[in-house]
Amino acid sequence: MDVESEGSSALRLIKQGAEARIYAADFLGRPTIVKERFKKKFRHNVLDDKLRHKRTMQEVRSMHRCRKAGIATPTVFFIDSNDYKIYMEEVQNSITVRDYINSLKEDKESNLRKLAKIIGTILASMHNIQVIHGDLTTSNMLLKKTNDIEIADLVLIDFGLSSISSLAEDKGVDLYVLERAFLSTHPNTEDAFKVILDTYKTFKGSSEALKKLDEVRLRGRKRTMVG
Amino acid sequence: MVTAIGFEGSANKLGIGIIRDGKVLSNVRHTYITPPGQGFQPRDTAKHHRDHILSVLRKALDNADVTPDEIDCVCYTKGPGMGAPLVAVAIVARTVAQLWNKPIVAVNHCIAHIEMGRLVTGADNPTVLYVSGGNTQVIAYLMNRYRIFGETIDIAVGNCLDRFARVLKLSNDPSPGYNIEQMAKRGKKFIELPYTVKGMDVSFSGILSYIEDIAQKKLDGGECTPEDLCFSLQETLFAMLVEITERAMAHCGSNEVLIVGGVGCNERLQQMMREMVEERGATLCATDERYCIDNGAMIAQAGWEMFSSGQVTPFNETWCTQRYRTDEVLVTWRDG
Ligand SMILES: Nc1ncnc2c1ncn2[C@@H]1O[C@H](COP(=O)(O)OP(=O)(O)O)[C@@H](O)[C@H]1O
Ligand SMILES: [Mg+2]
Repeated sequence: MDVESEGSSALRLIKQGAEARIYAADFLGRPTIVKERFKKKFRHNVLDDKLRHKRTMQEVRSMHRCRKAGIATPTVFFIDSNDYKIYMEEVQNSITVRDYINSLKEDKESNLRKLAKIIGTILASMHNIQVIHGDLTTSNMLLKKTNDIEIADLVLIDFGLSSISSLAEDKGVDLYVLERAFLSTHPNTEDAFKVILDTYKTFKGSSEALKKLDEVRLRGRKRTMVG
Repeated sequence: MVTAIGFEGSANKLGIGIIRDGKVLSNVRHTYITPPGQGFQPRDTAKHHRDHILSVLRKALDNADVTPDEIDCVCYTKGPGMGAPLVAVAIVARTVAQLWNKPIVAVNHCIAHIEMGRLVTGADNPTVLYVSGGNTQVIAYLMNRYRIFGETIDIAVGNCLDRFARVLKLSNDPSPGYNIEQMAKRGKKFIELPYTVKGMDVSFSGILSYIEDIAQKKLDGGECTPEDLCFSLQETLFAMLVEITERAMAHCGSNEVLIVGGVGCNERLQQMMREMVEERGATLCATDERYCIDNGAMIAQAGWEMFSSGQVTPFNETWCTQRYRTDEVLVTWRDG
């Protein structure tokens, strides 16, 4: 179907993400975000096409799977598989967790703890349904509001690198990726990150993933660094 | 006026360079080259460094037209790198420091790459892609440390290229990576390889074992040429590197990229990075071959920054370490 004529207004570019262009639009009267995985000139054509296709499909699939399990992700309205565009619900007036953490001043510690517990809980339920996010950073988590935050206020986005796996190794690597991104982006938040893991730990099936996390960390520390 | 001399020998390049207030006065290098199909071993590499270090030192002083009494600090690579070669070079640095009665500054090799890159390109606060035989990291500066946002979770990209060069028995002169690059220019057919990106992290070991596996079969069956394999390997590895660099830029809100380390010499990698950066309306700092490959001047430059901000290494702490992470170093010479 021709979306433009079927009730979607023009796309307004709002930002360039890590791999996609993000547009604001209006789809059948609803505030909409359009995420376009445009062609990357630097990549070989064959590889580029394969990645854009796979990631678009995987993103939609995992968002759906998370939603069904009660994990907040934007509702997908429409997929344009020719242009690799995903039309999804706009999480209105939201800010990224990255910006939220950077904005914390008073009660920083207690707000961080509260946030960390929410993140730990969501990650555990996501891994419980075998969704590996693949790109866990504080840029890929949105907060609907900034006061008295609850679980339902944290929305996970950007599932392009996600996969479905029950392997503890994959879950461990998922946590490892978050750990590095979290601690590099937010210096001196080791305590908060520990709360994420401690919360994650209280869920069933989490101990193997945490054991793998230790292994992956150790591999990093043992790696030779010659040259 | 501060004049620093830098000693580098963490891998197969032995280098000594002299820097005075941002000006490179000399930068002499001697590379240990092994026969095709062979990597460099710690013992032989250390011996190479011991055999050549005095003549390299002589040349570095002569080329700079500097006498020891004009030098303000002696800088050496503390790590990371191979133990024996590191120690072989550190011993000489310590000895001359005592002979000349100069303070010593122990330098992190990765930080030295970054500081040299900043000096020669004038980059202010870039997202750094550090790619070499032993390291693959995406780094950005934040609150007095170079923080690692992305990294390989197994082998380094240069290691992956070198090991594949050994499979094809390519020459190690001037470097295996250079010879892969030349072969890749003549490659046409793209062979699909595994592609493993995890957020801002990458993994190369699966690609290496896959291509090692299929190489002989495909070559014997006439399905592709060695050139095609080099081409496909480069296209895949570099696409991953550019992708994680872009992800880090978006995450950190950065508009500047700097590539450092030996693999940074690769023109195809530079071209791909330029295409990504231009599309984002950002800038790629020009790479300078002379300083991408390990060298002594970069150790002098990082040491110069450290020394100028008041850092000196007490003599009894002038040891070496094979593992020394980029984010362990407190950066005292840049604003918080
Ligand atoms: N559904 C949405 N509602 C509101 N903002 C969004 C939504 N999706 C994405 N964004 C914004 O766009 C940015 C980039 O989106 P993301 O899906 O992470 O793409 P990329 O893969 O390019 O990083 C996010 O960090 C967020 O600020
Ligand atoms: Mg994102």
